[in-house]
Formats: sequence, structure tokens, C-alpha cells
Amino acid sequence: MSSIKIELRNEDVDFIKATCSKFNSDPQELINVLHSCQEHFGYLPAEVQEVVSGHLNVPVAKVYGVVTFYSFFTMTPKGKHPISICMGTACYVRGAEKVLEEFRKELKIQVGGTTSDNKFSLSSLRCVGACGLAPVVLVGDKTYGRVAPDDIKGILKEYEK
Amino acid sequence: MSKYSMHLLVCGGTGCHAAESDAIVCNLRDELEAKGLLDSVQVILTGCFGFCEKGPIVKVMPDNTFYVQVKPEDAQTIVEEHVIKGRKVNRLLYKDPLTKEAVSDSKHMVFYKKQMRIALRNCGFINPENIDEYIARDGYQALGKVLTEMSPEETIKLVKDSGQRGRGGGGFSTGLKWELARKNVSDEKYVVCNADEGDPGAFMDRSVLEGDPHSVLEAMAICGYSIGASDGLIYIRAEYPLAIERLKIAIGQAREYGLLGDNIFGTGFSFDITLRYGAGAFVCGEETALIHSMEGLRGEPTVKPPFPAESGYRNKPTNVNNVETFASIPAIILKGARWYSSIGTEKSKGTKVFALAGKINNVGLIEVPMGTTLREVIFEIGGGIRNVKKFKGVQTGGPSGGCLTEKHLDTPIDFDNLIAAGSMMGSGAMIVLDEDDCMVSMAKFFLEFTVEESCGKCAPCRIGNKRLHELLGQICEGKGSLADLDRLKNMSLVIKDTSLCGLGQTSPNPVLSMMDNFREEYVAHVTHKKCPAGQCKSLMEYIINLDNCVGCTACARVCPVNAITGERKEVHLINSATCIKCGACMEKCKFDAIYIS
Repeated sequence: MSSIKIELRNEDVDFIKATCSKFNSDPQELINVLHSCQEHFGYLPAEVQEVVSGHLNVPVAKVYGVVTFYSFFTMTPKGKHPISICMGTACYVRGAEKVLEEFRKELKIQVGGTTSDNKFSLSSLRCVGACGLAPVVLVGDKTYGRVAPDDIKGILKEYEK
Repeated sequence: MSKYSMHLLVCGGTGCHAAESDAIVCNLRDELEAKGLLDSVQVILTGCFGFCEKGPIVKVMPDNTFYVQVKPEDAQTIVEEHVIKGRKVNRLLYKDPLTKEAVSDSKHMVFYKKQMRIALRNCGFINPENIDEYIARDGYQALGKVLTEMSPEETIKLVKDSGQRGRGGGGFSTGLKWELARKNVSDEKYVVCNADEGDPGAFMDRSVLEGDPHSVLEAMAICGYSIGASDGLIYIRAEYPLAIERLKIAIGQAREYGLLGDNIFGTGFSFDITLRYGAGAFVCGEETALIHSMEGLRGEPTVKPPFPAESGYRNKPTNVNNVETFASIPAIILKGARWYSSIGTEKSKGTKVFALAGKINNVGLIEVPMGTTLREVIFEIGGGIRNVKKFKGVQTGGPSGGCLTEKHLDTPIDFDNLIAAGSMMGSGAMIVLDEDDCMVSMAKFFLEFTVEESCGKCAPCRIGNKRLHELLGQICEGKGSLADLDRLKNMSLVIKDTSLCGLGQTSPNPVLSMMDNFREEYVAHVTHKKCPAGQCKSLMEYIINLDNCVGCTACARVCPVNAITGERKEVHLINSATCIKCGACMEKCKFDAIYIS
């Protein structure tokens, strides 16, 4: 599992407990519970999965199996400004690969990585459905359309402060 | 609504939304308020107009004026010129690329002329967050008709007679599916809407849910009545926040109006809908995988039979249909089976929504009768290829489909013709490729997707696709041989024959169809070690044009591997053995002296 060890505070455990109860501690609601937890913690560390496992009465291996199956769930914390590059077919044929490459060069991290100051993290995703704006980059909730490799420095600068 | 003499419709689909259409709405309202016109002119944030290429779109009704690429600061001009003085703002009108003339309204745009909108009938016309607007356009009338005038059997017969086939890719008869679910006796049954649109480049389901969520809710209730279910579930991608938000609003309003919940229309029929969220897994578009995912498990498919119609969600009979399939149902009920079956081809009835993307001028969402040719879609509605390049192919059916070429352009599009041509309908994504796209790299790109999305349950898909991807990678690097092409083909056929679910059974399609249609390009990669499209980095060679080089040394200084040699003011040379093809020299050269062969 994840190499990051964290200690859950009491209120964190209470949050997970309350979330499970909200879904009647029904094992079939595992994915919904994980969605809520990821929204709260930003990621799903092993410790959170253990608590979820206990309250839903699902083996922790199963929880881990579900977390790692779906690409939306992550076990590593994201940066303050998570950057996602759309690598859907429409964006790919309009040069998304070059845009991704430029981000990698500028931030000096790989896809899936986070900068050492925890400011930016880089990931690729499959189609946000804004193919008219291809290639598309998301920074947090903000969408940038028709991005060219030359625009990347400017985009990153917006988040420098 | 009648007190308004003019409506300004602003596109609120994801594409236009990302391009600040909210700010346009705000500014328009502020301008109207300042001029005291808020009582006579209404600003409405609608669903997607489909013409995403030129978004954000503002449409003025009743005269159908179609403004493109509107910026928030244009609000003042629109209000002062169009609303007050009645003069169209010429610079914001769509310019026909052929005649270069401004087109005064949407009715005269080639993009819309050939379209026929059934599933998208309300997208771009109504405010999706207001149930009254849906009702004003005959919304929930089909549900009323079914509940009060028709038996479940009659309803199923009508849907069956219409000839509608599932729009999610399978192409199975909708009515037949409902009949199977009805026949299975159980205390509980479920209606599921598959909104896990994972096919990259397809965004029709999202647009329907964002632009006309009630049409799906109404159809699900009709389906519930027909098969005898009182619970509906919508399985939707967590990546579609706007669609989720609008669905939540729509469900709330429908409950408030008594159109969902207990005893609908006082008929004793009860039906309610809840949302389930996907978490990013392409395989969950397969119905058994989707059902497992809704049960909180890994989204792995299981062998059919049993089909979900017998044993689906919570082991109860379950009917799964796609968003677009549902969205057409209310129209079919109201206008009748004969009307619907008069549209389309012999075996594929009605219309189909396509998402046009890639190297095409008019990226967007279109709906055309089945049987329309690829040429009409790409060159008329789609406006042809971008940047005056040459058309090379069109990938239909996403990563599970195939790539069709010039010779298929006049094929009428329907389920069976596409399969006969070596591709498939899929969800309706159409990615247009031009002469700059390398067909080996494209196949590799699709395989990369499949490898990532394979659930890993069965060996042919898990291991076979990985091997295919590796082989394609080697070919792109110039390390392939002719024997590898045979190996690609054999392996593809085995994967197709032996995989458990639709994902593996279709994943080699891009490879097979591209090798079939672009054989010479594959051969060029393995025998001449050349990439005709100039896409494969390893097969490129950077060369210095002796006539242009002035010996400024800029390229040599920027080369990260010292592959460029030459004295100051003398012609330089690139050592292709050490060159890593990063392109830094070409970028730096001010004299256009470096080119790629």
C-alpha cells in the first residue's frame, strides 16, 4: 500500500464513521463512501481505508481493491493546484501530448507526481467532453481550452502567488 | 413566459461553460437591467447547441440570430445594437467558410440544415434547470399518456415497433430488452440509465443530461411502468459535475410536481430515481460491470447469461439503457412507432447523435437520420478538414471501433454498414484524422487506452492487449519487421475471439482496420523504417539545409547531447546516431536551416 504513513485524528475517524452511517453502513455503498472520503481528505490513504473497512464490514483488501481499480480514486495527496491534461482522442490528435510534455519539463515531475512544495500535481485524464476546446487542461476547477505548449508558462504563473 | 418579447439563449454546456458563458449571462442581465428591459427580454442559460467549435454561443429568439465566440464584454453591444435598435451585430455572426459571408440565422447554417433532432430536441432551447420549460415543450405528456391510456404490454409493443436499437453501442432492440425484463417475475425490478460515458471524444450523453435531464427521467419512469419496476438508478461519471448538478435539480423538481414518487398522476404507479457515481473505469460501460460497480464492487464484467434482464442489480431483473436511448423514448411514445420507423434505414431506425472531433472544422454535437453518409457528416455538416489538409480517415466507435477511409465516405451510416466496413457505431464518437496523423501511432494510442482500462479479469484482454501495445511501440521506434505485422493480426484475432466482454472483443479493432486500410503505412514503418506522416519521433531525421545555415552555432549550443558539430560561420552537421530528436535545434534556428526528413 501507500508508503505515506499518517495518523488519523479522532475527528477524522468520526467523520468516516458519520459518512458510513449516512449510507446505512451498507457495503454496497462502498464507492459512495469513498467518494465522500476523498472529497474530505483529498486522497484515500491506507489508514482511511482501514476505518472504512471496519465500519462497512468489508475486508480491507476489498476496499483496497476498489480504490485501486477506479482511476478517480488516489492514494497519494494531490498538490494545491492539481493539473489534469485531457488525453482523450480529440485532444490527443490536436497535440495534447506536447502540452503534457511541456508541463513535465516546467514542473520537473512525472505524470502522477507532485512538486516538492506541494503546489502542483500532474495527471492525465480521459475526455472531459469539451472537445471543441481541444487540447484542454484543467487546473483545479478552471478549464483552459486550445492550449499550446507556449501557453504553459503563463498558466503556471497565474498560480505563483 | 408570454410577456417576454425576446429571449437570449446562452449555451451553458461544458465547453461554453468553460469559456465563461456564465459571465455572458451576468453581463447580459446587467445590461438589460440598466436599460430597464429585464421585463421584456429574458436571458436563459440553456444546454448545448452542438456547435462547440465556435462557442460560446448566444442565440436570439424569435429571429434565430446565432452569435458565435461571444465574449462577456460583447454583452453591451448585443443589448444596445440588437435588442434596442434591432440591428444584428455583424462581427459576431457566423461566417460561412466557403462564401465568407455572415449567416444571419441558424436556419441557414449548413451545420444545422441536414440535422434532425429527436434525442437533442430540447438541448439549446430550454433552461434545463426549469421543469416548466420542459413541460411547455410537451414534457411528461408521454408519461401521462402511457400511465392513463396504455397497458405496459402496449407500451413495449410501441417501442418494439418503432425499431429503436440501443444507442450505447450494442445496437440491441430497446423494446425487446424491455420485454425480456417484463417477462421475468420478481418482487423487485430495476431500471438503470447508463451514463458512464467513458469513450474519449464522445460527449452526447453529457450534453443530453446537461441540456435536457427531464427527458431521461420521464423515459425511465415509462420504462419502469412497462417492465414493472419502481426503482430507477442513474449511473453517472463523477467527472461530469455539471450534469450531476442538473440531474439533482431535475429529480428534485420532478418529485415536487409529483412526476416522480408515489402514485404518479393518481394511477397508483410509483417510481423514483437515485444517482450512483462512477469512479473512472471505461469497462463500467459494459452492463454487468456497471451493475457490479453499483453494488460497491470492482467493475468487472461477468459472463452472460444470465443477462441483467434475469438477474442484475441485487440479483433482480434489471433493464439497462443508455442516456440517448432514453432521451428519444418520450418523442417515440408521443409521435408513434410509425413516425420513428419511417426515419433511417431498413434495419437502423431513427436518428443518431454523433460527436464530431479531431481535425474537423466544426467540432460539435450533431444528430442526423440513420443512413446519412460519412461524406455528408464530415464535409457538409462538419465543414471539412481543418487547415486545408487532406482527409485521411475517421475513427468511429471510439477505441473499440475502426478507422474508415476515403473509400467508405459514401457508405450510409447505420449499425450494420459500419460493422460490415470493419468498424462499429459505438456510442457515436467520430474522430477525424488528416494526413499528419500516423496510423501506427493512432493504433498505439488506442491500445494504450485499452491496456489502462482493461479490468484484468481475463487473460486475452489483460495480456494480449499489452503485447499488442508493445509490438506497436516497437514498430513506431523502427524496430519492427514484416513478421510483426502478421503477429499483430493473429494476436488481434485471438483476443477478439477469446475475451470475456465487449471491451476485449473489440479492442483490437483499431489495429485490424488500420492495418487493413493503411497497410502501406505499416509496411513503410517496418521495411523502410520511415513514418510517412512524420509523427514517429524515432523515425525522423533532423537535417541541416546547407544553403540556409550561416554557422551561428545557436543549434550546437542548445543541443543537449552535443550531436551538432561545426565551426563558427561554417555549415553545421547533425550526427543522426547521437541525435535524440528533441527538436530543440529546429526551434532555436532563426534561419529555417533545419528540417525533418
